Amino acid sequence: MTRTVLNCGYVPLVDSAPLIIAHELGFAAEEGLELNLMRQPSWSALRDMLGLGHLDAAQMLSPMPVAMTLGLGGLSAQIDTLMGLSANGTVFGVTTRLAQHLEQITFGDPHALLAGLEAWGPRPLRVGVPFPFSMHRLLLSYWTAAAPGLAVESVTVPPPRMAEAVAQGHVDAFWVGEPWGSDIVARGVGDIVMAGSHVWGFAPEKVLAARHDWTVDNPETTQKLMRAVFQASRWLDLEENKPLAVEMLGRSEHLNLSHEVIEPAVTGMLTPTAGAAPIRVEHFLMFHDHAASFPWRSQAAWIAKQLGADSDGTAAAMSCCRTDLYRKYLGPIGADLPGASEKVEGAMNEKTAVASSRGQMILAPDAFFDGRTFDFSSNAAE
Amino acid sequence: MNACDISSVRKDLRILVVEADAAKAKNIIDALLEAGWTDLHAISQVSGLEQSIEEHAPDIVLIDMANPDRDTLEHIGAVSNTKSRAVAMFVDQTDPHLTQAALAAGVSAYVVDGLQMNRIKSVIETAIARFQMMRQMRSELDAAKQALEDRKTIDRAKGILMRRRGLSEDEAYKLLRKAAMDQGRKVIDVAQALVTASDLLG
Repeated sequence: MTRTVLNCGYVPLVDSAPLIIAHELGFAAEEGLELNLMRQPSWSALRDMLGLGHLDAAQMLSPMPVAMTLGLGGLSAQIDTLMGLSANGTVFGVTTRLAQHLEQITFGDPHALLAGLEAWGPRPLRVGVPFPFSMHRLLLSYWTAAAPGLAVESVTVPPPRMAEAVAQGHVDAFWVGEPWGSDIVARGVGDIVMAGSHVWGFAPEKVLAARHDWTVDNPETTQKLMRAVFQASRWLDLEENKPLAVEMLGRSEHLNLSHEVIEPAVTGMLTPTAGAAPIRVEHFLMFHDHAASFPWRSQAAWIAKQLGADSDGTAAAMSCCRTDLYRKYLGPIGADLPGASEKVEGAMNEKTAVASSRGQMILAPDAFFDGRTFDFSSNAAE
Repeated sequence: MNACDISSVRKDLRILVVEADAAKAKNIIDALLEAGWTDLHAISQVSGLEQSIEEHAPDIVLIDMANPDRDTLEHIGAVSNTKSRAVAMFVDQTDPHLTQAALAAGVSAYVVDGLQMNRIKSVIETAIARFQMMRQMRSELDAAKQALEDRKTIDRAKGILMRRRGLSEDEAYKLLRKAAMDQGRKVIDVAQALVTASDLLG
């Protein structure tokens, strides 16, 4: 059987795992696909390559398809979010010098942290983020908006260079995906003070994206790709597979990272400061569990709102989430499907059972740190 | 090469080259000097890119397509929201299809074989001309949008006058124009003030 070759773009991070595992464990091959994983030097380059047709599909930061739909930042194109690749998995930290001012603050307390940072301020807090259209920057703005006295300046720093920017004092703080937070701690130049999930309990992080016209022209291949990635995500979230996952990702030529820096993200055991004992962060990074791969339309609506979209923009952003394809292609291979494609974001403080195609599914807590909720319907087209 | 008019490209533009490899940076600078540009800066220190850009305030930034710092450039553009500088990029392989697609898609960038220094002049001229054209189109579009908004405001102001003072549409407009002339203001400003006041009074 000849395999269909797919050019698939990614940026090397722990949460590229579903694509790498789909390739390396043969889930793609089982579907008759050959994933040609193409490492991209930057998110802008990845976006352009996908938009211009040099990539068939790509791992993207969850706000990127929304931003492209809204025509923000560079090349715009009609890009679909086929499914989620991961939820959560980011960390916020500060330079060791700033950490001394925040000494009394417990790990993972976003309120106390805000107060501490507000009290510090000799100048605007410079925070390194990976890209303007990233969940990192949106969560940073959402969180710091609660402290009007805190001036924040976000600076884009490519994650592999974040440790250097922290060490040289170009930034006072950082919001990055793993392994780069653990890398900063390991080098002793900064401390992790909370996870992204402390600000939003269940934030869509990376998504699988493709051009809308490509999904129309290639329904078969789209289905195969989604199935392969779904199988890989399910495999990744099985507890017994984690040691092997760490091992495989560490050895993969695609990541080029040692397994020591991959392990914290996969196991959720984060070391906040050099030499300290690791702290367990519940739901630190999810690929499959609790419907992590479902492309919730309400999440796209939240992203659109943070990006300043009006009701038309919000509606357009929601329609790029292909919940229809997810249901059609993944239902038959055992994906549990939530009854609705939207939910009130932030309403769950605890794990909650909701109606699904197989009876009930358990969703993970998705609360925002400030206890507010976001109702997509009040922002969608009237 | 394409429809851009490159004869009007200015040589007094300030160009910033972002290149970590010193030898490569020198080649690019030499090629630019030869092509007639003199206001040139090169940086290799990448972690302070934002400060460098603020300090030099370049009109155009040259960066390798494969350079991860491109994301930082994008951010600076997105935050300032001005799109006031062109970014030209280099890739180390010739790919005419990609180049054409990028131009057709309106990327304010140009992709070229980074090793062919003899082509640098035409590349930069094209990138700048294209960027200037895009910027002009954007400002024309903005102007058109503004005109439409103004008209809506003036229509609302006329409507208020027609209701409150029992005037015809024509009389309402004449009254607005007279008020504007008497006060030495623009019709749109008077209309805006009227609409705001009316909104406040309910």
